[in-house]
Amino acid sequence: MPRSRSARVAVLGSVQRRASTPPPSRNNPAVRRRVVATVLILASLLLLTVYFRESSSGGLHGVQSAGASVLKPFEVAAEHVARPFRDAAGWFNGLVDAKSENAKLRREVDDWRRRAIENATAIRENAILRRLLAYEGSARFPTDYRPVNTQIISRAPTEFQQEVGIAAGSDSGIRVHDPVVTEDGLVGQVTTVAHTVAVVTLLTDETSAVSALDYQTAAGGIVQHGVGSGETLVLDRVTKDKVVNPGDVIVTAGWRSERFASIYPRGIPVCKVTSVGQTDTDLYKQVQCEPYVHFSSLEAVAVLVPKRR
Amino acid sequence: MVPLDVAKTAALVFVASIAQVSIFSNVHVLGGRPDVLLLTLVSISLLRGPIWGAAAGFGAGLIVDTANLETLGVTSLLLTLAGYWIGRYGETTGRDRTHAPFLSVAVVTFVYALGSLALHFLLGEPAPARVVLLDTLFPNIFLNLLLTWPVYTLTRRLLPFQAPERKQEVQLLGH
Repeated sequence: MPRSRSARVAVLGSVQRRASTPPPSRNNPAVRRRVVATVLILASLLLLTVYFRESSSGGLHGVQSAGASVLKPFEVAAEHVARPFRDAAGWFNGLVDAKSENAKLRREVDDWRRRAIENATAIRENAILRRLLAYEGSARFPTDYRPVNTQIISRAPTEFQQEVGIAAGSDSGIRVHDPVVTEDGLVGQVTTVAHTVAVVTLLTDETSAVSALDYQTAAGGIVQHGVGSGETLVLDRVTKDKVVNPGDVIVTAGWRSERFASIYPRGIPVCKVTSVGQTDTDLYKQVQCEPYVHFSSLEAVAVLVPKRR
Repeated sequence: MVPLDVAKTAALVFVASIAQVSIFSNVHVLGGRPDVLLLTLVSISLLRGPIWGAAAGFGAGLIVDTANLETLGVTSLLLTLAGYWIGRYGETTGRDRTHAPFLSVAVVTFVYALGSLALHFLLGEPAPARVVLLDTLFPNIFLNLLLTWPVYTLTRRLLPFQAPERKQEVQLLGH
Protein backbone atom coordinates (compact mmCIF):
# COMPACT_ATOMS: atom_id res chain seq x y z
CA MET A 1 0.00 0.00 0.00
CA PRO A 2 1.48 3.39 -0.87
CA ARG A 3 2.47 5.52 2.09
CA SER A 4 0.35 8.40 1.01
CA ARG A 5 -2.88 6.37 1.29
CA SER A 6 -4.68 5.55 4.46
CA ALA A 7 -5.93 2.12 5.49
CA ARG A 8 -9.52 3.28 5.25
CA VAL A 9 -9.07 4.19 1.59
CA ALA A 10 -7.47 0.83 0.87
CA VAL A 11 -10.43 -1.03 2.32
CA LEU A 12 -12.95 0.99 0.37
CA GLY A 13 -11.17 0.59 -2.96
CA SER A 14 -10.06 3.33 -5.27
CA VAL A 15 -11.63 6.54 -4.17
CA GLN A 16 -11.35 9.33 -6.68
CA ARG A 17 -13.21 12.48 -5.99
CA ARG A 18 -14.07 14.66 -8.95
CA ALA A 19 -12.90 18.22 -8.85
CA SER A 20 -16.36 19.64 -9.33
CA THR A 21 -19.56 17.61 -9.02
CA PRO A 22 -22.38 18.67 -11.32
CA PRO A 23 -25.81 19.23 -9.81
CA PRO A 24 -27.28 15.90 -8.65
CA SER A 25 -30.38 16.24 -10.85
CA ARG A 26 -28.31 16.11 -14.07
CA ASN A 27 -26.49 12.91 -13.19
CA ASN A 28 -29.33 11.15 -11.47
CA PRO A 29 -30.42 8.28 -13.78
CA ALA A 30 -33.99 8.42 -12.46
CA VAL A 31 -34.33 12.09 -13.36
CA ARG A 32 -32.64 11.55 -16.74
CA ARG A 33 -34.92 8.72 -17.79
CA ARG A 34 -38.02 10.62 -16.65
CA VAL A 35 -36.94 13.67 -18.63
CA VAL A 36 -36.29 11.61 -21.76
CA ALA A 37 -39.61 9.76 -21.49
CA THR A 38 -41.53 12.98 -20.84
CA VAL A 39 -39.90 14.74 -23.80
CA LEU A 40 -40.66 11.83 -26.17
CA ILE A 41 -44.26 11.51 -24.98
CA LEU A 42 -44.80 15.26 -25.35
CA ALA A 43 -43.23 15.14 -28.82
CA SER A 44 -45.62 12.31 -29.79
CA LEU A 45 -48.62 14.24 -28.47
CA LEU A 46 -47.48 17.37 -30.28
CA LEU A 47 -47.07 15.49 -33.56
CA LEU A 48 -50.45 13.85 -33.12
CA THR A 49 -52.20 17.12 -32.35
CA VAL A 50 -50.62 19.11 -35.16
CA TYR A 51 -51.14 16.32 -37.72
CA PHE A 52 -54.73 15.78 -36.65
CA ARG A 53 -55.62 19.47 -36.83
CA GLU A 54 -53.84 20.50 -40.02
CA SER A 55 -55.23 20.00 -43.52
CA SER A 56 -53.93 17.35 -45.90
CA SER A 57 -51.76 20.00 -47.55
CA GLY A 58 -50.15 21.00 -44.25
CA GLY A 59 -46.46 20.91 -43.41
CA LEU A 60 -46.43 17.65 -41.44
CA HIS A 61 -48.36 15.90 -44.20
CA GLY A 62 -45.73 17.12 -46.66
CA VAL A 63 -42.91 15.83 -44.48
CA GLN A 64 -44.71 12.51 -44.11
CA SER A 65 -45.21 12.29 -47.86
CA ALA A 66 -41.49 12.87 -48.43
CA GLY A 67 -40.66 10.32 -45.72
CA ALA A 68 -42.95 7.76 -47.32
CA SER A 69 -41.16 8.28 -50.64
CA VAL A 70 -37.83 7.65 -48.91
CA LEU A 71 -39.12 4.47 -47.24
CA LYS A 72 -40.72 3.13 -50.42
CA PRO A 73 -37.59 1.42 -51.87
CA PHE A 74 -37.04 -0.42 -48.58
CA GLU A 75 -40.66 -1.59 -48.52
CA VAL A 76 -40.43 -2.76 -52.14
CA ALA A 77 -37.20 -4.63 -51.34
CA ALA A 78 -38.78 -6.30 -48.30
CA GLU A 79 -41.77 -7.27 -50.40
CA HIS A 80 -39.47 -8.88 -53.00
CA VAL A 81 -37.62 -10.80 -50.30
CA ALA A 82 -40.86 -12.10 -48.77
CA ARG A 83 -42.62 -13.01 -52.01
CA PRO A 84 -41.00 -16.45 -52.65
CA PHE A 85 -41.87 -17.55 -49.11
CA ARG A 86 -45.43 -16.30 -49.43
CA ASP A 87 -45.82 -18.00 -52.81
CA ALA A 88 -44.54 -21.26 -51.33
CA ALA A 89 -46.97 -21.02 -48.41
CA GLY A 90 -49.82 -20.23 -50.80
CA TRP A 91 -48.87 -23.19 -53.00
CA PHE A 92 -48.99 -25.63 -50.08
CA ASN A 93 -52.28 -24.16 -48.86
CA GLY A 94 -53.74 -24.50 -52.35
CA LEU A 95 -52.90 -28.21 -52.44
CA VAL A 96 -55.21 -28.92 -49.50
CA ASP A 97 -58.45 -28.35 -51.38
CA ALA A 98 -57.20 -28.35 -54.97
CA LYS A 99 -59.27 -31.34 -56.12
CA SER A 100 -62.68 -30.12 -54.92
CA GLU A 101 -61.89 -26.60 -56.11
CA ASN A 102 -60.94 -27.92 -59.55
CA ALA A 103 -64.32 -29.62 -59.99
CA LYS A 104 -66.15 -26.50 -58.82
CA LEU A 105 -64.16 -24.29 -61.19
CA ARG A 106 -64.85 -26.57 -64.16
CA ARG A 107 -68.58 -26.21 -63.54
CA GLU A 108 -68.18 -22.44 -63.28
CA VAL A 109 -66.16 -22.27 -66.51
CA ASP A 110 -68.96 -24.06 -68.38
CA ASP A 111 -71.47 -21.60 -66.95
CA TRP A 112 -69.33 -18.55 -67.76
CA ARG A 113 -68.68 -19.76 -71.29
CA ARG A 114 -72.40 -19.87 -71.94
CA ARG A 115 -72.84 -16.41 -70.41
CA ALA A 116 -69.92 -14.99 -72.39
CA ILE A 117 -71.59 -15.94 -75.66
CA GLU A 118 -74.85 -14.31 -74.51
CA ASN A 119 -72.99 -11.21 -73.35
CA ALA A 120 -71.05 -10.81 -76.60
CA THR A 121 -74.33 -10.75 -78.48
CA ALA A 122 -75.85 -8.27 -75.99
CA ILE A 123 -72.79 -5.97 -76.21
CA ARG A 124 -73.03 -5.78 -80.00
CA GLU A 125 -76.75 -5.06 -79.77
CA ASN A 126 -76.14 -2.48 -77.01
CA ALA A 127 -73.55 -0.61 -79.09
CA ILE A 128 -75.89 -0.43 -82.07
CA LEU A 129 -78.79 0.85 -79.93
CA ARG A 130 -76.59 3.47 -78.21
CA ARG A 131 -75.50 4.80 -81.58
CA LEU A 132 -79.08 4.92 -82.83
CA LEU A 133 -80.31 6.75 -79.71
CA ALA A 134 -77.26 9.05 -79.40
CA TYR A 135 -77.22 7.93 -75.76
CA GLU A 136 -75.18 10.05 -73.27
CA GLY A 137 -74.08 8.14 -70.20
CA SER A 138 -71.61 8.55 -67.35
CA ALA A 139 -68.02 7.35 -67.44
CA ARG A 140 -67.92 3.66 -68.30
CA PHE A 141 -65.64 0.93 -67.08
CA PRO A 142 -63.11 0.08 -68.43
CA THR A 143 -63.12 2.22 -71.56
CA ASP A 144 -63.20 5.64 -69.83
CA TYR A 145 -60.47 4.80 -67.32
CA ARG A 146 -56.71 4.42 -67.51
CA PRO A 147 -55.45 1.66 -65.19
CA VAL A 148 -52.37 2.40 -63.08
CA ASN A 149 -51.07 -1.06 -62.23
CA THR A 150 -49.11 -1.05 -59.02
CA GLN A 151 -47.66 -3.23 -56.31
CA ILE A 152 -48.81 -3.41 -52.70
CA ILE A 153 -45.93 -2.42 -50.47
CA SER A 154 -47.43 -2.12 -47.00
CA ARG A 155 -50.38 -3.06 -44.87
CA ALA A 156 -51.89 -1.43 -41.82
CA PRO A 157 -50.15 -2.85 -38.74
CA THR A 158 -53.33 -3.22 -36.69
CA GLU A 159 -56.84 -4.52 -37.20
CA PHE A 160 -58.27 -1.01 -36.94
CA GLN A 161 -57.68 -0.07 -40.53
CA GLN A 162 -58.39 -2.33 -43.49
CA GLU A 163 -55.90 -0.51 -45.68
CA VAL A 164 -52.96 -1.27 -47.96
CA GLY A 165 -50.17 0.96 -49.22
CA ILE A 166 -49.47 0.99 -52.96
CA ALA A 167 -46.31 1.97 -54.83
CA ALA A 168 -47.90 4.73 -56.93
CA GLY A 169 -49.14 8.17 -55.98
CA SER A 170 -50.05 11.58 -57.32
CA ASP A 171 -47.04 11.47 -59.68
CA SER A 172 -48.89 8.72 -61.59
CA GLY A 173 -52.09 10.76 -61.77
CA ILE A 174 -53.79 9.10 -58.80
CA ARG A 175 -56.17 11.20 -56.73
CA VAL A 176 -58.21 10.62 -53.59
CA HIS A 177 -61.40 8.56 -54.24
CA ASP A 178 -60.05 6.85 -57.36
CA PRO A 179 -61.49 3.31 -57.52
CA VAL A 180 -59.14 0.36 -57.15
CA VAL A 181 -59.68 -3.06 -58.74
CA THR A 182 -57.99 -6.35 -59.53
CA GLU A 183 -58.82 -8.78 -62.29
CA ASP A 184 -61.25 -10.40 -59.79
CA GLY A 185 -63.28 -7.32 -58.92
CA LEU A 186 -63.55 -4.22 -56.75
CA VAL A 187 -60.92 -3.71 -54.04
CA GLY A 188 -61.77 -0.28 -52.61
CA GLN A 189 -60.81 3.33 -53.10
CA VAL A 190 -57.78 5.56 -52.68
CA THR A 191 -58.08 7.55 -49.45
CA THR A 192 -54.64 9.12 -48.96
CA VAL A 193 -52.18 10.18 -51.64
CA ALA A 194 -48.52 11.15 -51.44
CA HIS A 195 -46.16 11.78 -54.36
CA THR A 196 -45.03 8.21 -54.94
CA VAL A 197 -47.25 6.18 -52.63
CA ALA A 198 -50.94 6.06 -51.71
CA VAL A 199 -53.22 4.31 -49.26
CA VAL A 200 -56.17 2.23 -50.43
CA THR A 201 -59.06 1.63 -48.03
CA LEU A 202 -60.44 -1.84 -48.68
CA LEU A 203 -64.10 -2.78 -49.04
CA THR A 204 -63.76 -4.70 -45.77
CA ASP A 205 -63.12 -1.48 -43.82
CA GLU A 206 -65.94 -0.31 -41.57
CA THR A 207 -66.02 3.05 -43.33
CA SER A 208 -66.44 1.59 -46.84
CA ALA A 209 -69.79 1.46 -48.60
CA VAL A 210 -70.56 0.88 -52.28
CA SER A 211 -73.87 1.34 -54.05
CA ALA A 212 -74.39 -1.88 -55.95
CA LEU A 213 -77.01 -3.94 -57.71
CA ASP A 214 -77.81 -7.53 -58.44
CA TYR A 215 -76.57 -8.21 -61.96
CA GLN A 216 -79.32 -10.77 -62.63
CA THR A 217 -82.36 -9.04 -61.06
CA ALA A 218 -81.26 -5.36 -60.87
CA ALA A 219 -82.15 -5.20 -57.15
CA GLY A 220 -80.21 -2.25 -55.69
CA GLY A 221 -78.52 -1.86 -52.30
CA ILE A 222 -75.36 -0.87 -50.50
CA VAL A 223 -72.45 -3.26 -50.03
CA GLN A 224 -70.77 -2.93 -46.63
CA HIS A 225 -68.54 -4.98 -44.39
CA GLY A 226 -70.41 -7.66 -42.44
CA VAL A 227 -70.22 -8.25 -38.72
CA GLY A 228 -67.05 -10.02 -37.58
CA SER A 229 -63.46 -10.02 -38.67
CA GLY A 230 -63.78 -12.09 -41.84
CA GLU A 231 -64.07 -10.85 -45.40
CA THR A 232 -67.84 -11.37 -45.61
CA LEU A 233 -69.81 -8.47 -47.06
CA VAL A 234 -73.51 -7.66 -46.80
CA LEU A 235 -75.80 -6.12 -49.39
CA ASP A 236 -77.83 -3.78 -47.21
CA ARG A 237 -80.93 -1.69 -47.93
CA VAL A 238 -82.52 -4.19 -50.30
CA THR A 239 -86.27 -3.82 -49.86
CA LYS A 240 -88.39 -6.94 -49.47
CA ASP A 241 -90.13 -6.50 -52.81
CA LYS A 242 -86.83 -6.97 -54.67
CA VAL A 243 -85.57 -10.37 -55.72
CA VAL A 244 -82.08 -11.56 -54.82
CA ASN A 245 -81.03 -15.20 -55.13
CA PRO A 246 -78.02 -17.09 -53.79
CA GLY A 247 -75.35 -17.24 -56.47
CA ASP A 248 -76.30 -13.88 -58.01
CA VAL A 249 -73.47 -11.54 -58.97
CA ILE A 250 -73.38 -8.12 -57.32
CA VAL A 251 -71.79 -5.33 -59.36
CA THR A 252 -71.25 -1.62 -58.75
CA ALA A 253 -74.30 0.51 -59.58
CA GLY A 254 -72.40 3.57 -60.84
CA TRP A 255 -75.34 5.94 -60.33
CA ARG A 256 -75.34 9.63 -61.17
CA SER A 257 -77.67 12.39 -60.01
CA GLU A 258 -77.63 16.10 -60.81
CA ARG A 259 -75.06 17.01 -58.18
CA PHE A 260 -73.46 13.76 -57.16
CA ALA A 261 -72.11 10.65 -58.78
CA SER A 262 -70.87 7.36 -57.41
CA ILE A 263 -67.09 7.21 -57.32
CA TYR A 264 -67.23 3.66 -58.68
CA PRO A 265 -68.11 3.17 -62.36
CA ARG A 266 -70.94 0.83 -63.20
CA GLY A 267 -70.37 -2.87 -63.72
CA ILE A 268 -67.37 -3.79 -61.57
CA PRO A 269 -67.94 -7.19 -59.94
CA VAL A 270 -68.05 -6.88 -56.16
CA CYS A 271 -69.28 -10.12 -54.62
CA LYS A 272 -71.38 -13.24 -55.05
CA VAL A 273 -74.52 -13.74 -52.95
CA THR A 274 -74.16 -16.60 -50.48
CA SER A 275 -77.36 -16.32 -48.44
CA VAL A 276 -80.61 -14.35 -48.48
CA GLY A 277 -83.05 -13.99 -45.61
CA GLN A 278 -85.79 -11.72 -44.34
CA THR A 279 -87.84 -11.29 -41.18
CA ASP A 280 -91.27 -9.77 -40.59
CA THR A 281 -89.87 -7.04 -38.34
CA ASP A 282 -87.02 -5.90 -40.57
CA LEU A 283 -87.56 -3.42 -43.39
CA TYR A 284 -84.85 -4.90 -45.58
CA LYS A 285 -83.61 -8.28 -46.69
CA GLN A 286 -80.50 -9.75 -45.10
CA VAL A 287 -78.18 -10.52 -47.97
CA GLN A 288 -74.68 -11.87 -47.35
CA CYS A 289 -72.13 -12.12 -50.09
CA GLU A 290 -68.58 -13.33 -50.58
CA PRO A 291 -66.22 -10.87 -52.29
CA TYR A 292 -64.46 -11.96 -55.46
CA VAL A 293 -61.24 -10.36 -54.27
CA HIS A 294 -59.18 -12.17 -51.63
CA PHE A 295 -58.22 -9.16 -49.55
CA SER A 296 -55.73 -11.00 -47.35
CA SER A 297 -53.58 -12.14 -50.27
CA LEU A 298 -53.54 -9.03 -52.44
CA GLU A 299 -50.20 -8.45 -54.15
CA ALA A 300 -50.99 -5.99 -56.93
CA VAL A 301 -53.93 -3.78 -57.87
CA ALA A 302 -55.00 -1.40 -60.63
CA VAL A 303 -56.08 2.13 -59.78
CA LEU A 304 -58.67 3.39 -62.26
CA VAL A 305 -57.75 6.93 -63.21
CA PRO A 306 -60.50 8.66 -65.19
CA LYS A 307 -59.34 9.76 -68.63
CA ARG A 308 -61.37 12.95 -68.19
CA ARG A 309 -61.23 14.52 -64.72
CA MET B 1 -19.33 1.49 -27.41
CA VAL B 2 -22.34 3.78 -27.09
CA PRO B 3 -22.25 5.20 -30.67
CA LEU B 4 -21.90 1.66 -32.03
CA ASP B 5 -24.83 0.54 -29.87
CA VAL B 6 -26.91 3.49 -31.08
CA ALA B 7 -26.17 2.61 -34.69
CA LYS B 8 -27.00 -1.06 -34.15
CA THR B 9 -30.23 -0.23 -32.31
CA ALA B 10 -31.28 2.25 -35.00
CA ALA B 11 -30.61 -0.32 -37.73
CA LEU B 12 -32.49 -2.99 -35.80
CA VAL B 13 -35.51 -0.74 -35.25
CA PHE B 14 -35.53 0.33 -38.90
CA VAL B 15 -35.34 -3.22 -40.25
CA ALA B 16 -38.00 -4.45 -37.80
CA SER B 17 -40.34 -1.57 -38.71
CA ILE B 18 -40.01 -2.14 -42.46
CA ALA B 19 -40.39 -5.91 -42.02
CA GLN B 20 -43.50 -5.42 -39.89
CA VAL B 21 -45.11 -2.99 -42.33
CA SER B 22 -44.23 -4.89 -45.52
CA ILE B 23 -44.11 -8.54 -44.52
CA PHE B 24 -45.53 -9.50 -41.14
CA SER B 25 -48.68 -7.37 -41.38
CA ASN B 26 -49.73 -9.76 -44.14
CA VAL B 27 -48.99 -12.96 -42.23
CA HIS B 28 -52.25 -14.36 -40.88
CA VAL B 29 -51.87 -17.46 -38.74
CA LEU B 30 -54.75 -18.83 -36.64
CA GLY B 31 -56.53 -15.50 -36.99
CA GLY B 32 -53.65 -13.45 -35.61
CA ARG B 33 -50.67 -11.48 -36.85
CA PRO B 34 -47.20 -11.57 -35.27
CA ASP B 35 -45.80 -8.20 -34.24
CA VAL B 36 -42.07 -8.45 -34.78
CA LEU B 37 -41.61 -4.74 -34.15
CA LEU B 38 -43.12 -5.03 -30.67
CA LEU B 39 -40.92 -8.06 -29.96
CA THR B 40 -37.81 -6.18 -31.05
CA LEU B 41 -38.80 -3.24 -28.88
CA VAL B 42 -39.31 -5.52 -25.88
CA SER B 43 -35.86 -7.05 -26.43
CA ILE B 44 -34.12 -3.68 -26.78
CA SER B 45 -35.87 -2.31 -23.69
CA LEU B 46 -35.01 -5.32 -21.55
CA LEU B 47 -31.37 -5.29 -22.68
CA ARG B 48 -30.75 -1.54 -22.58
CA GLY B 49 -33.27 -0.01 -20.20
CA PRO B 50 -36.11 2.52 -20.34
CA ILE B 51 -34.33 5.41 -22.09
CA TRP B 52 -33.30 3.23 -25.02
CA GLY B 53 -36.72 1.57 -25.01
CA ALA B 54 -38.58 4.87 -25.12
CA ALA B 55 -36.31 6.28 -27.85
CA ALA B 56 -36.54 3.10 -29.94
CA GLY B 57 -40.33 3.08 -29.54
CA PHE B 58 -40.59 6.70 -30.62
CA GLY B 59 -38.46 6.13 -33.72
CA ALA B 60 -40.24 2.91 -34.66
CA GLY B 61 -43.62 4.60 -34.31
CA LEU B 62 -42.54 7.42 -36.61
CA ILE B 63 -41.38 4.95 -39.27
CA VAL B 64 -44.60 2.91 -39.10
CA ASP B 65 -46.87 5.95 -39.25
CA THR B 66 -44.86 7.46 -42.10
CA ALA B 67 -44.82 4.25 -44.14
CA ASN B 68 -48.57 3.74 -43.71
CA LEU B 69 -49.46 7.44 -44.10
CA GLU B 70 -51.32 7.19 -40.79
CA THR B 71 -51.78 9.92 -38.17
CA LEU B 72 -48.26 10.83 -37.07
CA GLY B 73 -47.63 10.36 -33.37
CA VAL B 74 -50.21 7.66 -32.61
CA THR B 75 -47.88 4.66 -32.87
CA SER B 76 -44.98 6.72 -31.48
CA LEU B 77 -46.94 7.52 -28.34
CA LEU B 78 -47.95 3.91 -27.74
CA LEU B 79 -44.51 2.43 -28.48
CA THR B 80 -42.70 5.10 -26.40
CA LEU B 81 -44.83 4.20 -23.39
CA ALA B 82 -44.38 0.48 -24.08
CA GLY B 83 -40.59 0.80 -24.43
CA TYR B 84 -40.26 2.86 -21.26
CA TRP B 85 -42.44 0.53 -19.22
CA ILE B 86 -40.64 -2.63 -20.36
CA GLY B 87 -37.29 -0.96 -19.74
CA ARG B 88 -38.26 -0.15 -16.17
CA TYR B 89 -39.52 -3.68 -15.65
CA GLY B 90 -36.24 -5.06 -17.00
CA GLU B 91 -34.25 -2.84 -14.65
CA THR B 92 -36.23 -3.75 -11.55
CA THR B 93 -38.46 -6.81 -11.11
CA GLY B 94 -37.52 -8.53 -14.35
CA ARG B 95 -33.74 -8.29 -13.96
CA ASP B 96 -31.98 -11.63 -14.58
CA ARG B 97 -35.31 -13.45 -14.87
CA THR B 98 -35.52 -15.97 -17.72
CA HIS B 99 -39.24 -15.45 -18.06
CA ALA B 100 -38.96 -11.64 -18.31
CA PRO B 101 -39.14 -11.46 -22.14
CA PHE B 102 -42.16 -13.78 -22.29
CA LEU B 103 -44.05 -12.03 -19.52
CA SER B 104 -43.25 -8.63 -21.04
CA VAL B 105 -44.41 -9.69 -24.50
CA ALA B 106 -47.69 -11.16 -23.23
CA VAL B 107 -48.53 -8.14 -21.10
CA VAL B 108 -47.39 -5.51 -23.58
CA THR B 109 -49.29 -7.13 -26.48
CA PHE B 110 -52.46 -6.98 -24.37
CA VAL B 111 -51.87 -3.43 -23.11
CA TYR B 112 -50.79 -2.21 -26.57
CA ALA B 113 -54.04 -3.54 -28.08
CA LEU B 114 -56.09 -1.80 -25.37
CA GLY B 115 -54.12 1.42 -25.79
CA SER B 116 -54.54 1.38 -29.58
CA LEU B 117 -58.24 0.78 -29.19
CA ALA B 118 -58.63 3.67 -26.75
CA LEU B 119 -56.52 6.06 -28.83
CA HIS B 120 -58.32 5.30 -32.09
CA PHE B 121 -61.65 5.67 -30.31
CA LEU B 122 -60.59 9.07 -28.96
CA LEU B 123 -59.51 10.18 -32.43
CA GLY B 124 -62.91 9.23 -33.84
CA GLU B 125 -61.48 6.46 -36.04
CA PRO B 126 -63.02 2.99 -36.40
CA ALA B 127 -62.24 1.00 -33.24
CA PRO B 128 -63.81 -2.45 -33.52
CA ALA B 129 -63.46 -3.67 -29.91
CA ARG B 130 -64.87 -7.10 -30.68
CA VAL B 131 -62.34 -7.74 -33.43
CA VAL B 132 -59.41 -6.48 -31.40
CA LEU B 133 -60.24 -7.94 -27.99
CA LEU B 134 -61.99 -11.19 -28.88
CA ASP B 135 -61.07 -12.29 -32.38
CA THR B 136 -57.41 -11.39 -32.74
CA LEU B 137 -55.92 -10.54 -29.33
CA PHE B 138 -55.28 -14.07 -28.07
CA PRO B 139 -53.92 -15.40 -31.40
CA ASN B 140 -51.67 -12.32 -31.50
CA ILE B 141 -50.36 -13.00 -27.98
CA PHE B 142 -49.79 -16.66 -28.86
CA LEU B 143 -47.88 -15.84 -32.06
CA ASN B 144 -45.82 -13.16 -30.31
CA LEU B 145 -44.91 -15.60 -27.53
CA LEU B 146 -43.83 -18.16 -30.14
CA LEU B 147 -41.47 -15.63 -31.72
CA THR B 148 -40.20 -14.10 -28.48
CA TRP B 149 -37.23 -16.39 -27.97
CA PRO B 150 -35.77 -16.14 -31.52
CA VAL B 151 -36.20 -12.38 -31.66
CA TYR B 152 -34.81 -11.87 -28.14
CA THR B 153 -31.82 -14.13 -28.85
CA LEU B 154 -31.03 -12.32 -32.09
CA THR B 155 -31.33 -8.92 -30.45
CA ARG B 156 -29.18 -10.04 -27.52
CA ARG B 157 -26.51 -11.20 -29.94
CA LEU B 158 -26.47 -7.76 -31.56
CA LEU B 159 -26.77 -5.87 -28.29
CA PRO B 160 -25.06 -7.92 -25.55
CA PHE B 161 -26.54 -7.49 -22.10
CA GLN B 162 -24.93 -4.71 -20.08
CA ALA B 163 -25.00 -4.84 -16.31
CA PRO B 164 -26.42 -1.63 -14.87
CA GLU B 165 -23.88 0.95 -13.77
CA ARG B 166 -22.76 0.61 -10.19
CA LYS B 167 -21.47 3.50 -8.16
CA GLN B 168 -17.68 3.56 -8.01
CA GLU B 169 -17.57 6.01 -5.20
CA VAL B 170 -18.51 5.48 -1.61
CA GLN B 171 -19.75 8.38 0.44
CA LEU B 172 -18.30 8.06 3.93
CA LEU B 173 -20.34 9.28 6.80
CA GLY B 174 -18.75 12.15 8.65
CA HIS B 175 -16.71 13.40 5.65
